[in-house]
Amino acid sequence: MTKTIIEVKNLRKDFFMGEVTVHALRGVSLEIKAGEFVAIMGTSGSGKSTMLNILGCLDKPTSGEYYLDEVAVSGLTKNELAMLRNRKLGFVFQSYNLLARTSALENVELPLLYNSKIKAKERKEIAIHALEAVGLADRMHHMPNQLSGGQQQRVAIARSLVNDPVVILADEATGNLDTRTSYEIMALFQELNSKGKTIVFVTHEPDIAKFTSKNVIFKDGHIIKQLDVVDRNDARQMIAELPAVNEYD
Amino acid sequence: MNFKNLIKIALNALQRNKMRAFLTMLGIIIGVASVIAMLAIGQGSKKSIQDQVSSMGSNMINVMPGGQMFGGVQMGNTSMKSLKLADIDAIRAQSTAISRISPEVRSSGQAIYGNKNTPTSIYGVNNEYLDIRKVSVKTGRKFTENEIKSAAKVCLIGKTVITELFGENADPVGKYIRFNSIPVKIIGVLTEKGQSTFGQDQDDLLIAPYTMVQKRILAIDYIQGIYASAINEQKASLAKTEVENILRAKHKIADDQDNDFEVRSQDELIKTFGSISDVLTILLGAIAGISLLVGGIGIMNIMYVSVTERTREIGLRMSIGGRGKDILMQFLTESIMISVIGGVIGILLGLGAAKGVGSIMNWPVEVMPQAVVLAFCVCTAIGVFFGWYPARKASNLDPIDALRYE
Ligand SMILES: Nc1ncnc2c1ncn2[C@@H]1O[C@H](COP(=O)(O)OP(=O)(O)O)[C@@H](O)[C@H]1O
Ligand SMILES: [Mg+2]
Repeated sequence: MTKTIIEVKNLRKDFFMGEVTVHALRGVSLEIKAGEFVAIMGTSGSGKSTMLNILGCLDKPTSGEYYLDEVAVSGLTKNELAMLRNRKLGFVFQSYNLLARTSALENVELPLLYNSKIKAKERKEIAIHALEAVGLADRMHHMPNQLSGGQQQRVAIARSLVNDPVVILADEATGNLDTRTSYEIMALFQELNSKGKTIVFVTHEPDIAKFTSKNVIFKDGHIIKQLDVVDRNDARQMIAELPAVNEYD
Repeated sequence: MNFKNLIKIALNALQRNKMRAFLTMLGIIIGVASVIAMLAIGQGSKKSIQDQVSSMGSNMINVMPGGQMFGGVQMGNTSMKSLKLADIDAIRAQSTAISRISPEVRSSGQAIYGNKNTPTSIYGVNNEYLDIRKVSVKTGRKFTENEIKSAAKVCLIGKTVITELFGENADPVGKYIRFNSIPVKIIGVLTEKGQSTFGQDQDDLLIAPYTMVQKRILAIDYIQGIYASAINEQKASLAKTEVENILRAKHKIADDQDNDFEVRSQDELIKTFGSISDVLTILLGAIAGISLLVGGIGIMNIMYVSVTERTREIGLRMSIGGRGKDILMQFLTESIMISVIGGVIGILLGLGAAKGVGSIMNWPVEVMPQAVVLAFCVCTAIGVFFGWYPARKASNLDPIDALRYE
């Protein structure tokens, strides 16, 4: 019996904007088990990001229950939420969010700085290891502006890995990248998933969702469909099938 | 987040914006440097004035004719002749706290030797005066009893007058000069005293028996001042009271009448000058302090800009586990770092400036270690105070809003 990593029950989120109330989530229930690679899909404005922010303990739901790795998240204080993010969660953003003029290595070390249990030497070792895992060991001392978009996203993924999180949350992580690079990132996620990482991946692109193991489709703040991906694509293979770059010459 | 990491993050942040960090520091640097320099100059002048005044004898008591001084201007002039030689005898006879006493009469005029002449002053006193004013005879001798009694035309001469009349290294003892039209024999040379803090040349004088100046130069029977010294410093104020009482009795001044003379003791003078330069120091320090305040506001301004600019960074830090407290400490450390580094540079620069100004302008400077310590503490306080609100703002940001910030 696999462990349940994320369990939400009847989650609601309303945004109050003066006269108008936006119902971003209208009662969502979802369960994600360890080792799953879930794509949250839906049109723009359907509530995907709102959902992910709540799952990431960055935002609080208006009502509903949320258990992360068997911890009841509602009722935790701000500091406890920060601690939870530091120890149990990894984030990957659409726009990478790396610190400018800070080396790849230092960017990756960042989450561990907020964990006083980890000493400087250990911190560096873990960070180097994470960079190796995303294939950037040779770019450790590069600054973000010396890296391509795909490489920056790899650094961000390495950063999300250093605290060995129970789940990685990614919001449109391939949104700023071209097809080939997107597939490369997906290949990396698939590799991580095959090693047992649980991943929740927000996207509105169906071809990207094909790389995951389960698709959850949102519409107007509801989950309208959950389906296991039967004909799952292998990103490595897809890259090999892409037309070679020199064909455009 | 531990202290070492905080420092590292703050240093990195400053390094990323070196120019801006430097310009922000500049406000603090200038502020601290001017506080240190101003205080050093203020204290230096205070100390040098005090040294000067006490080198004139800190147990000295001085009586001047005339009533109350008002803003340094003597009121009325009939009482200008109120002091007599008999007053000195009375004090000598009755006072228990006075060890030496001398009258003073003085005249300015031309000292002439051969075809050279120079304007100077002649002081008529007795031998005790030399001890009271801490003047000594370098070569030659003091007056004899007989010379004083007979109003002999002899004098002691100061270095400046020698240089003007005889040339730098001449030995004038035994020579005759004329003061105005009166021939005077030089019997001794005074030890040099140099310039006073007030810029007065203390070697531009002749000293003669008071009888001689009274009778032959001024033709008066009163005296223009009394100089006395108390047995020791502790007795100075007792001596002052005694002198005042003796003179009031001698001058038959009724209880409800004001004195027709004024008694001043040297330590009062020291205190007066001390408090004048204290006021000056405070004033200079306050002006410099204002520039420090402006520097602090500069830090606050830049920290606000920095927080706004780095909103996304703050969001990111929060999303990976940074607590409000961590963010607060991060920005606070940064502002303290700016102000403390600025403060240290400012202290060094201020010490340098004080030394430089001191040697160029030939001003005395006196660096108080307390001022340096205080400046350092004030800088840290400025960093905390002016960094607090921007840091607070940063720590109160909502992680999502911060991450979404454009
Ligand atoms: N901070 C907010 N304030 C007000 N409305 C918001 C806020 N965040 C999201 N919304 C609204 O909630 C709905 C869902 O948004 P979002 O979760 O960002 O959608 P998606 O990520 O699927 O495009 C949208 O209608 C959006 O306008
Ligand atoms: Mg979205």
